[in-house]
Amino acid sequence: MLDFALKISVALFAIAIVLNLYRVAVGPSLPDRILALDTMYVNSIALIVLFGIWLGHRTYFEAALLIAMLGFVSTVAVCKYLLRGDIIE
Amino acid sequence: MIALYTLMEGVIAFFLIAGSIFALIGSLGLARMKDFYMRLHGPSKISTLGVGCVLLASIAYFSLLNGGPSLQELLITIFLFITAPVSAHLLSKSALHQKLPRDPRTRGNPEELQEDDDETTLEEAPQGSSKLP
Repeated sequence: MLDFALKISVALFAIAIVLNLYRVAVGPSLPDRILALDTMYVNSIALIVLFGIWLGHRTYFEAALLIAMLGFVSTVAVCKYLLRGDIIE
Repeated sequence: MIALYTLMEGVIAFFLIAGSIFALIGSLGLARMKDFYMRLHGPSKISTLGVGCVLLASIAYFSLLNGGPSLQELLITIFLFITAPVSAHLLSKSALHQKLPRDPRTRGNPEELQEDDDETTLEEAPQGSSKLP
């Protein structure tokens, strides 16, 4: 049962990432693309955690934590650039 | 003991399916809604409910596998719960700063999007007079 649920949830997260990729490509404005990238890194955290469950290994947890921190910092940096025209004033 | 394992397997499978369905719904909203201010709703569902459920499933799975509590995934959960509102707030501020167009069904009338009438009439008046011969 767990294998089946893992496969289904990996497929659903892959579809979610493809939808986010569509918004990155089409999105009419710049904040749309930043929002789609923000959603994509959150989805990829879930995919990495699912991969760790699949392999039964704890190694991939650190990768997920790194992606969470760097994704947040990059989103804040790009938003500050859009707001102020500069990141560190 | 075998009954416990079967029960925990069912719980983990439920959390996995629930989290992935929430993530799919959020991404569908991000892809299909009309303007930016509506689209901002979807990712909050993903980052709280979707990834939260998947991380709960991971906590349950590794606790069962190692025979003891392993709460390291709570770090990611807490971090996402703290940072998701901050990034949504910054994104909405940058969208208001760029004066993105909105659907007429989007409610609210923030002062960043209000067009002040005095400036437009002042700008239009010299152009109208310059077009006269």
